[in-house]
Amino acid sequence: MVASHAVSTLEHRSDIGETDEVLESDDLAGPPPQEQPLFKAGAPRRGGVGSMYALFAPPAVDAVALEERAASLGKRSLKGETKLAGLRLAIAMMDLTTLEGKDTPGKVSQLCQKARTPLSNDPSVGPCAAICVYPNHVVTAKARLAGSTVKVASVATAFPSGQSPLDIKLADTRRAVDFGADEIDMVIDRGAMLVGDFSKVFDEIAATKEACGPAHLKVILETGELGSYDVIRKASELAIAAGADFIKTSTGKIQPAATPPVTLLMLEVIRDHYYASGRRIGMKPAGGVRTAKQALHYLVLVKETLGDAWLTPDLFRFGASALLNDVLMQLEKQRTGNYQAADDFSKD
Amino acid sequence: MAHTMTKRESETALEATGAVVALDFGKAWDYAPAPESPDHVHIDPRYGLFIGGRWVTPRSGRFFQTINPSTEEVLSEVADANAQDVDDAVKAAREAYDTYWSRMRGADRAKYIFRIARAIQEKARELAIVESMDGGKPIKESRDIDLPLAAAHFFYHAGWADKLDYAFHGRRVRSLGVAGQIIPWNFPLLMAAWKIAPALACGNTVVLKPAETTPLTALLLAKIIEEAELPPGVVNIVTGGGETGAALASHPDVNKVAFTGSTSVGKRIQRAIAGTHKRLSLELGGKAANIVFADAPIDQAVDGIVNGIYFNQGHVCCAGSRLLVEESVHDTIVKKLRDRMATLRMGSPLDKNTDVGAINSKAQLARIQELVAAGEEEGCERYSAPCPLPSKGYWFPPTFFTGASMSSRIAREEIFGPVLTILTFRTPDEAVEKANNTSYGLSAGVWTDKGAKIFYMATKLKAGVIWGNTFNKFDPTSPFGGYKESGFGREGGRQGLAAYLEVE
Amino acid sequence: MEKKETSGRATRELERDDASESARGASAVDSTRAGDALRMKPYDSAKVDARVRVNKAYKMFVGGAFVRSESGRYFQVKGAPREADLGTEADADVDADPDTVNVPRGSRKDVRDAVLAAKTAWTGWAKRTAYNRGQILYRLAEVMESRRPELTKSLVRGGETLTAATSQVDASIDRVVFYAGFADKFFALLASSNPVAGPHFNFSVPEPMGTIGVIAPDRPALLGLVSTVLPVIAGGNTCVALAGERDPRTSVVWSECIATSDMPAGVVNILTGHAKELAIHFAKHREVAGMDAWMVDPDLRKAVESEGADSVKRVTTHVPMDADAWADERKAQGLGWIERFLETKTIWHPLGL
Repeated sequence: MVASHAVSTLEHRSDIGETDEVLESDDLAGPPPQEQPLFKAGAPRRGGVGSMYALFAPPAVDAVALEERAASLGKRSLKGETKLAGLRLAIAMMDLTTLEGKDTPGKVSQLCQKARTPLSNDPSVGPCAAICVYPNHVVTAKARLAGSTVKVASVATAFPSGQSPLDIKLADTRRAVDFGADEIDMVIDRGAMLVGDFSKVFDEIAATKEACGPAHLKVILETGELGSYDVIRKASELAIAAGADFIKTSTGKIQPAATPPVTLLMLEVIRDHYYASGRRIGMKPAGGVRTAKQALHYLVLVKETLGDAWLTPDLFRFGASALLNDVLMQLEKQRTGNYQAADDFSKD
Repeated sequence: MAHTMTKRESETALEATGAVVALDFGKAWDYAPAPESPDHVHIDPRYGLFIGGRWVTPRSGRFFQTINPSTEEVLSEVADANAQDVDDAVKAAREAYDTYWSRMRGADRAKYIFRIARAIQEKARELAIVESMDGGKPIKESRDIDLPLAAAHFFYHAGWADKLDYAFHGRRVRSLGVAGQIIPWNFPLLMAAWKIAPALACGNTVVLKPAETTPLTALLLAKIIEEAELPPGVVNIVTGGGETGAALASHPDVNKVAFTGSTSVGKRIQRAIAGTHKRLSLELGGKAANIVFADAPIDQAVDGIVNGIYFNQGHVCCAGSRLLVEESVHDTIVKKLRDRMATLRMGSPLDKNTDVGAINSKAQLARIQELVAAGEEEGCERYSAPCPLPSKGYWFPPTFFTGASMSSRIAREEIFGPVLTILTFRTPDEAVEKANNTSYGLSAGVWTDKGAKIFYMATKLKAGVIWGNTFNKFDPTSPFGGYKESGFGREGGRQGLAAYLEVE
Repeated sequence: MEKKETSGRATRELERDDASESARGASAVDSTRAGDALRMKPYDSAKVDARVRVNKAYKMFVGGAFVRSESGRYFQVKGAPREADLGTEADADVDADPDTVNVPRGSRKDVRDAVLAAKTAWTGWAKRTAYNRGQILYRLAEVMESRRPELTKSLVRGGETLTAATSQVDASIDRVVFYAGFADKFFALLASSNPVAGPHFNFSVPEPMGTIGVIAPDRPALLGLVSTVLPVIAGGNTCVALAGERDPRTSVVWSECIATSDMPAGVVNILTGHAKELAIHFAKHREVAGMDAWMVDPDLRKAVESEGADSVKRVTTHVPMDADAWADERKAQGLGWIERFLETKTIWHPLGL
């Protein structure tokens, strides 16, 4: 048996061949394999949370209709004050992100400054919601953001692939929290999700949530790797049932990353969860949101799917790096009436 | 196994958390008005009749006003054609048919029709605005649906004009002659396109009568036809009311009558032309079932329900006006529907964010109000979206009824407004029985994730258009038309050509 | 049943509105008798040793059963005079039929019963595979082939020459074979896959309408009936046909072919009676989805079209063609004949993951 499997509390053996193999192994002397149900996600684990789908058979998703609805919400015409307010909101919801192999304390420090005061000449704009970095840069970020409301989010759990043993992932998480991370952006094991080992996905999220302690947990589904909306829906429900505070589309390392229909679908899962439990889960599209126009489209998705309560950085975030400057440019355009030049805005 | 939330599960969950579960679609980030500017649009103060390639004063000497139903402001005056005017138009069409149009090469007919398609695309914005002003429909619908589809219908049929010999497996075809066409007010320009494009492609000439309350875009289309230099008399537009339509349908030199409108008028026309050898196609009313199974893609089904009944204020003959929902998901669907309806924006048809526009006319509003009152009297439970109604114009909020039965008037009669009647079923065959339990048969919707069930239902439902996991989709390549009292003949696709040809 | 006061006095009318009346009127009075001596109708005493033939009662065919009119009414049809040009064999056969036969005069309620039978049969008929429907129609051709002499004899008694009768029967059988082979092919010719401008799979298929009423032409008695009924049922509809009035007996013989083929009960129902009386009841019946009416009288055609409007019925009326045209394969059979009573159903479905 592989070590990573041994960590899972939900391992089950389902066919004769495997049983035969076990009988020949040293495990014969160990405790008998536990009776395990096929699926363990859902209400029983968390007292009412996720109780909508007792047998974990969430509703199907029709791709074409979902995409149509998402596109139709992209046609809302946002003018004047509405646009200004939307742009300001987008800035406040931004998780300014740098997740590169070449990240340095200098780069992270500059990003922190940008998050605190996105527009050097106008302190009323911003700050952003958080910056998002690798664990090694949490300490730097924390220090640079001291005294501000900007949170530090750290990716963890063998980001971006998640293809490491659970104990490593949990250690990754604990270290990031110990460094001072306010929020943990974990990745799910997409391989396990795609082979239907939902128990493994669920348990790893639940274990990571426990390892987070006081830190908020965002669960990255990496929707671009899941193949269909049905699997995305399933993964969203698993993540919420296992304890996610936020569900997040993407690592930013895989294309496609966040899209309006994927985001709409995840918002709908959050809505179903809210109907069933009264608990509000947050949403974070990440990767691929580059323009102010796109950001406003996402805000329309939130407004018309979940309503006023979710129009806050507490429940909605953008994971982005290039988005901020475009939003700032549009903000200035809206305020002055003139189209802006790119170099008028700091590039950090 | 039903997997969506039942009412009881929901309540239990609520008790467990003590939270107040209600989505609030308030004004935390409200949309500012986003009006489409009509500045670019020119509407003449008065329009004559378009007969024989000229704009003529009606022999009747009468004009009537056409108003904007969202403001009750007068937009223009249009001619009220009498029987003599209709006779002029038919004579012009006959002359055009006999002397050139029927003898022109198909390839050349095609080029004229392509010209019309292109001109509609070029003038799309102007036409969309006028459509919304004259008919009350939201600009986003006239802009994104009516106009692109109208152009597409001309574009599609243009290509048929020189390929008719291929259309019926080598069976010989010939044009019919003069087509008298009478269209409704719900998709004024689009219905004109549905009628004129195939008629011209098949080599017929046309006398078209637009609806009394929405004549303007047909008149703008006449200007396009003029600018496209179609030979005079190939298309003639006569405006007027029911008498004008009756004169056209019963004119002895009309070879083909095409009518889209109410079933009662359709029956009158069918009766009127009995024994005349005129060809007839009718596209009449409907009371479509939109069937939602428990295994449906629920959220998309809710969008489909909304699109099915609130699209174009429900002024749609194929509207999904009877929602048949599997009983186990009834409460879930109703809850989601209410929240979805809370985001519908009702107001000025020219506002780009308006989802639901004005009711087309005072008379139609009265009809809707009458049937809604009947629903209430029958003890059905009414829910209307909390939209504030403008003080001027004709408005009715998106509404649904629960607790209705198949015998309710609101479950049997076509309301032709934004009013949905919700019924439940337990088994697929019960859904089929209820869906077919109507004298109409225009369309039906089925929502389920199970492929075999879609095809089973599609086979059993007696309707001309079946939308599986979608609703209210239209395309010029796709034949449209009804079973039973929803009329006969098809519009669109290869099959639609048969309505304008004699096929051996 | 419609009762009518009767005078008790005999009439020479061939047609009677009430069976009881005709029973009471059985003793006709010969006004020339008074004052004369007894005069008997001549009788060939040699016949006393001959076998007495069994006369056939002609009945309508409804729901797979042979029935009289619920009204009890009948009309009489005389056999054609035995012309010299008849062959001896046929002549002998023809002799086996009485000069005059009583044929049921169908009523409004007979139309109702037949429509109900057809409507009931439709579900099963439409549900069969096209291949199966084709085989059943082919079986009908087989039975007709084996009954050629009987069909021919009936047409001759109906006034056709033997040559004309023979070729009409041949053409009728061939027409059944034509539609038997079409039952599983028209679908592919009429269906379409439509390239809509969006992520949807869209296709259109033909579907039967339901119960179709046929008012068959008077002549040719068999070929006219076969040519109008077969395309209707080959398309998956069921049918109520009113046989032509001039030779309704042949329609009954054909019913017997249908009854002994594998045709499910109610798919074809054949009434006898008067088009002038019954066509309007077909038109008014709301369960009848369409009508194919071949009638000379323009007022009747107009009335049928007009009354059909109440249920938006698919009514086609025609001036009957001449016998040559019915025999012409280009004029009297084809895809268009089936297509006339088919609906087009268009189905949309998204294409997506």
